Amino acid sequence: MILDIQGKAAYCYSGGKKFDPQLPTVVFIHGAQNDHSVWGLQSRWFAHHGYGVLAVDLPGHGRTPAPALDSVEAMADWLLAVLEAAGVRKALLVGHSMGSLIALEAAQRAPAKVRALAMLGTTYPMKVSGELLATARDDEGTAIDMVNIWSHSTIAHKPSSPGPGFSVMGGARRLMQRMSAINPGQLFFTDFSACNAYANGEAAARSVRCPVLFIFGSKDMMTPARSTKLLTGAIAHGKVVQVDAGHSLMSEQPDAVLDALDAFALSLEGPAA
Amino acid sequence: MSGPRYPGFDTLSLHAGAAPDPATGARATPIHFTSSFAFRDSDHAASLFNMERSGHVYSRISNPTNAVLEERIAALEGGVAGIATASGQAAMHLGLSTIAGAGSHIVASRALYGGSHNLLAYTLKRFGIETTFVDPRDLDAWRAAIRPETKVLFGETLGNPGLDVLDIPRISALAHEHDLPLMVDATFTTPWLLRPFDLGADLVFHSATKFLCGHGTAIGGLLVDGGTFDWQAAYARSGRFAELCEPYEGFHGMVFAEESTVGAFALRARREGLRDFGAVMSPHNAFAVLQGIETLGLRMDRHVANTRRVIEFLLANPAVASVSYPELDTHPDHALAKTLLPKGCGAVFTFNLKGDRAAGRRFVDALKVFSHLANVGDAKSLVIHPASTTHFRVPPEQLAASGITEGTMRLSVGLEDADDLIDDLARALKAALKGA
Repeated sequence: MILDIQGKAAYCYSGGKKFDPQLPTVVFIHGAQNDHSVWGLQSRWFAHHGYGVLAVDLPGHGRTPAPALDSVEAMADWLLAVLEAAGVRKALLVGHSMGSLIALEAAQRAPAKVRALAMLGTTYPMKVSGELLATARDDEGTAIDMVNIWSHSTIAHKPSSPGPGFSVMGGARRLMQRMSAINPGQLFFTDFSACNAYANGEAAARSVRCPVLFIFGSKDMMTPARSTKLLTGAIAHGKVVQVDAGHSLMSEQPDAVLDALDAFALSLEGPAA
Repeated sequence: MSGPRYPGFDTLSLHAGAAPDPATGARATPIHFTSSFAFRDSDHAASLFNMERSGHVYSRISNPTNAVLEERIAALEGGVAGIATASGQAAMHLGLSTIAGAGSHIVASRALYGGSHNLLAYTLKRFGIETTFVDPRDLDAWRAAIRPETKVLFGETLGNPGLDVLDIPRISALAHEHDLPLMVDATFTTPWLLRPFDLGADLVFHSATKFLCGHGTAIGGLLVDGGTFDWQAAYARSGRFAELCEPYEGFHGMVFAEESTVGAFALRARREGLRDFGAVMSPHNAFAVLQGIETLGLRMDRHVANTRRVIEFLLANPAVASVSYPELDTHPDHALAKTLLPKGCGAVFTFNLKGDRAAGRRFVDALKVFSHLANVGDAKSLVIHPASTTHFRVPPEQLAASGITEGTMRLSVGLEDADDLIDDLARALKAALKGA
């Protein structure tokens, strides 16, 4: 579905069903150089299990036109505008990597709008190495390959995602390359710079009162579990689930991630209608 | 070592898509010889049917053994997904029928395997899909043949049997200018010699029966989605590919291009064509092809090395009128082959015997190591006479245009000792000359 955000189009995948803001809403927010399709299985499942689903394409990603936004704060404001435009009163925000910071920032800016947070493949501060940042700026294709290799823990995914016969690493690589083709304006560098510069994470985390779920990949090399202590310490009431995966945990362990999200959502609302 | 890197070709050939079996620890990929798979509960069943969870329902749609093969070929090609089919012909049909239907049009190279020519020229035509055949070397002919209803450009990476080298970079660029994908049959090259997606192709298929399986045992095909073609952008500009960009009533109203930004084609091919046409590979055959792929790189190196030895011999033999192989500077695509096929031009090639049809028969009948049969890409060396077999139904003028004469012999050079192959050919060529 396409929403109008201050005169600009914003695309949201609604999980294969018409979005109904009266249902408990789950909003999925992708990470750097990605789009809504990284949530394919989980978002489709929620949409067919009694939830209203919005899996956004952030500005400059996928079907939401450029330019990309250059700060986590601006992306959080944009996300809250999406909720407003869609008529959402309150939502569970599910964010991956950069998307988890956007969800966190949105929760601080508009706590009344956020029922709960699920932060996947997250850490704070989300510092990007100088080498990777420079590569993203100067040679996006190489940066894509570096991140793709670091984000996957195996070359044999069972089950594969989004279905049998798919090469998870091959799909992730092509998706990042597609983002480059759609938006040649140094998207990866813009996203990484936003992650790198985001300085409000600890304050935002300390302000969070809503239920929080952390899902970490036990083999994550991009945001290793050992680097998450500041965040999990600041949100001491957050629940932590580890899955046997790297950074691309939604596609590496689609069922484990879905099961964790399902249990979390159930704990918030009770069984959905 | 500087920087991270992907696993190499031989490592992927052995490991991509496969891990020790979690239930038994079996290191080899088990043959999952079962028609169907039990659901955990009714919600699990509904979620699998509606593509909310990944998994197996029924072996016509997917099977764990086949999935290992599919994920392996996708990794080797650098694509996003593979689909294992009953044969190479089934892979080609699945690829074309996923985006083309009655009223659609295809532009194809005229240098094709006879079976592919049959499918395009006669069988698909009966279902309302028209094909225009063009000289693969004539870019203007490709361009001129494109119509508003054209859905795909198609050719073979190495044409059968003349080994016309498809200029994938230029033809794919032309296709993309017109919002069209390029599909290639990469059977003769395998991903070891050439990776079509790296050069601009969007869809690849193989007759896995040939070098991938490699031992002349299993019939099978593999269709690979490169994930390179932006169906949604093409749809927005040209109106083509509504099959992928509008709701499909046949599968829960799914819009495949929304569901997967880069895997829409593979999703629809499996959820429609494999499901409904049913030309699926047996898991037994998938196992055989997997066994073959484990040694693909090693075998292709030996295939090419033996081919070079055999060609060197043939060029010096007085009974041979000519040899057609792109590594020779007499081949019209020699320069292109040096660019696109630096590892070699495969192990299938043709040569023309001096003499008439009878000389050809004497030659074939005198061979002892080479087997006379209708296949290529076996570990064992093979020979066939295209004009009377694989290209029997191709009209004479098109036969000539493909560079085939009545004296043309097609060899598929195997993995035997090269000296034994040369001795065999020497004896047979002598027999061919004797009766002249």
